[in-house]
Amino acid sequence: MTTTTQEGRRGRFLDNLGKVYALYTLGFVVFFFLMALLESMGASAQVIGIGFLLFTIAIYAVIGWLSRTAEVDAYYVAGREVPALYNGMATAADWMSGASFVAMAGGVYFGGYPYLGYIIGWTGGYVLVNSLLAPYLRKFGCYTVPDFVGTRYGGNTARLCAVIILVVASFTYVTAQINATGTIAAQTLGVPFEVGVWLGLIGIFICSMLGGMRGVTWTQVAQYIVLIIAYLVPIIWMSNRQDFGIIPHFSYGEALNRIAELEAQYGLNPAAQPIPGVSVLTTPMNAPEGKGWAMVSLAICMMAGTASLPHILMRYFTTPSVRSARRSVAWSLFFIFLLYFSAPALATLTKLQLLDPTLATSVIGKAFADVSNLEWVKHWSSVGMLAVQDQNGDGIVQLNEFFMRPDIVVLATPEIAGLPYVISGLVAAGGLAAAMSTADGLLLAIANALSHDLYYKMIDPQADTRRRLTVARILLLFIGVAAALIASLQLTGILGAVAWAFDFACSGLFFPLVLGVWWKRANAPGAIAGMIGGFVAGSLYLYLVFNKIIDPWMGIDDIRFGIIGMPVSLICMVVVSLATREPSKEIQEMVDEVRVPSGRTILAAGH
Amino acid sequence: MASNDSDARQRHWEKTRNLNTIVLILWAIFAIIIPYFASALNAFTFLGFPLGFYMCVQGSLIAFLVLIWGQNWRQDQIDDEFGLGD
Repeated sequence: MTTTTQEGRRGRFLDNLGKVYALYTLGFVVFFFLMALLESMGASAQVIGIGFLLFTIAIYAVIGWLSRTAEVDAYYVAGREVPALYNGMATAADWMSGASFVAMAGGVYFGGYPYLGYIIGWTGGYVLVNSLLAPYLRKFGCYTVPDFVGTRYGGNTARLCAVIILVVASFTYVTAQINATGTIAAQTLGVPFEVGVWLGLIGIFICSMLGGMRGVTWTQVAQYIVLIIAYLVPIIWMSNRQDFGIIPHFSYGEALNRIAELEAQYGLNPAAQPIPGVSVLTTPMNAPEGKGWAMVSLAICMMAGTASLPHILMRYFTTPSVRSARRSVAWSLFFIFLLYFSAPALATLTKLQLLDPTLATSVIGKAFADVSNLEWVKHWSSVGMLAVQDQNGDGIVQLNEFFMRPDIVVLATPEIAGLPYVISGLVAAGGLAAAMSTADGLLLAIANALSHDLYYKMIDPQADTRRRLTVARILLLFIGVAAALIASLQLTGILGAVAWAFDFACSGLFFPLVLGVWWKRANAPGAIAGMIGGFVAGSLYLYLVFNKIIDPWMGIDDIRFGIIGMPVSLICMVVVSLATREPSKEIQEMVDEVRVPSGRTILAAGH
Repeated sequence: MASNDSDARQRHWEKTRNLNTIVLILWAIFAIIIPYFASALNAFTFLGFPLGFYMCVQGSLIAFLVLIWGQNWRQDQIDDEFGLGD
């Protein structure tokens, strides 16, 4: 009786997705105007910030509660009933982390051309996902990525190798996300960073514990809507206010030329006395001369990493068919594109506002006393993320006397442009949505691999549904707590750890996954050699370069070590596969079956 | 019948593979070659942008979108041609 009413309710929910999320978006917009009204009535910045965070987290919690489930298929793959469009939104939220939302525009601002490798890499990777993997993995019908490796190659060793690489890559990534969640929560709520981390973790658990993949899917759709509104509204508002055009994306070319002039005029010099934690602008915005390899090597690692990160691939297991899996990759890239082609526009316009003396917002070349009295300068200086020091004593702010932490470009832009605080609250909610949604997906990818592949497939294949889901939830809890503990140590900046996750994933998993579909001759020993060889070579190189034991070879530094890992993986895999016996007839037939969209999945539901 | 069936599957896979090869070549052009030569492309102007910069922040991204939508449209045709769509 309960199941039928529950199923009925779910059916109604799936039929009315458009209405449900339209209503939700409307509700969020109404809430935004309510906050704007409160601000005009004199509510403090802190009250508005807290309002935004609590309101959005409360909504995610309600969705998480409504999506609770006791079925294996719903817990692991959202019942395979997510339409392509919504899976595209969920993937976009899953994909765009705190790094994309908070740090990317700042990276372009400070890093210039080589940094654009992230923009190319984190979008171009979807071409690989779509053409090489997503439709075939969907046809396979697996629950997790190691599930594919274990079944395609056969044997627990291959499965275990995939689990280990998945855990290392995803765990590196998730600590960065929890770190970002903590930073935003701490700043908005005015609590210490450590407290912010644990508050963020509770929010993440609410979305994922009860409903597994189903809960995460429907909260991620909601989180995407919040984050994209929060990213686009300030850019368009700022652009109209400063007369950069109604939609600045297609018209900021002039601004680029102006910045190049100003950079030449001020000179890009390092600071006289560097201040730890913050930096001055030293890289020109658009100077690709001689940096082609730096940019492209980064892009290659990020693209191959995109196609091997399990939390992304597993999103395409949730669609009803192979065709809808492909279609949802296309939607994913569309929704990601909306943010990624805005980030460089934001970086450029923010830079222009700070540099161009003809604009009221500029700080460079202005009197030191005036600049240090600006509200936003005082605010960000007080938390140590910005510094203005008159180091040459001339009373004027020079370009190399204006220090900023790259991460704050997005968060501080509304204040720099003089927008009302309600926009800053919105941006904080968007950043939190981005970091939380990615953390959800990653934690679930880790916990599912451990519970399904390690526990159920390798340790206790007799476990019943109830036991499997209990184990999955307990693991989720433990991994979340472990990630939060490590995040509160603050080992690396947000972006360092994120790039490493992509390099780990592409070193170990890219070729074993791709060749599993595209090369019938690939066998278990080959895949194991490919995973171990690539992963060990990449990690070793990272260790040597990061600890300065060797100098980076050909400019391949610690964020590009996938360039070392991937070829090693490919060579190991091909050589060992050819040196050992070809896979059995059953496996070869299985590969043939995976290549056609029609027919049953390889693995049955509930496996 | 059985041999017909496996024959159709083989031709389906051949077409799928050829389509994929074309997509990957185009992908390499937009994801690797054009960004690598951004410096030379900056000599040209497009919509007021230096072309190299424009390709890295918008042009290639739009190309990726077109590639994926285009490949899916063509792949659906191939699947339907052999009656192997799902």
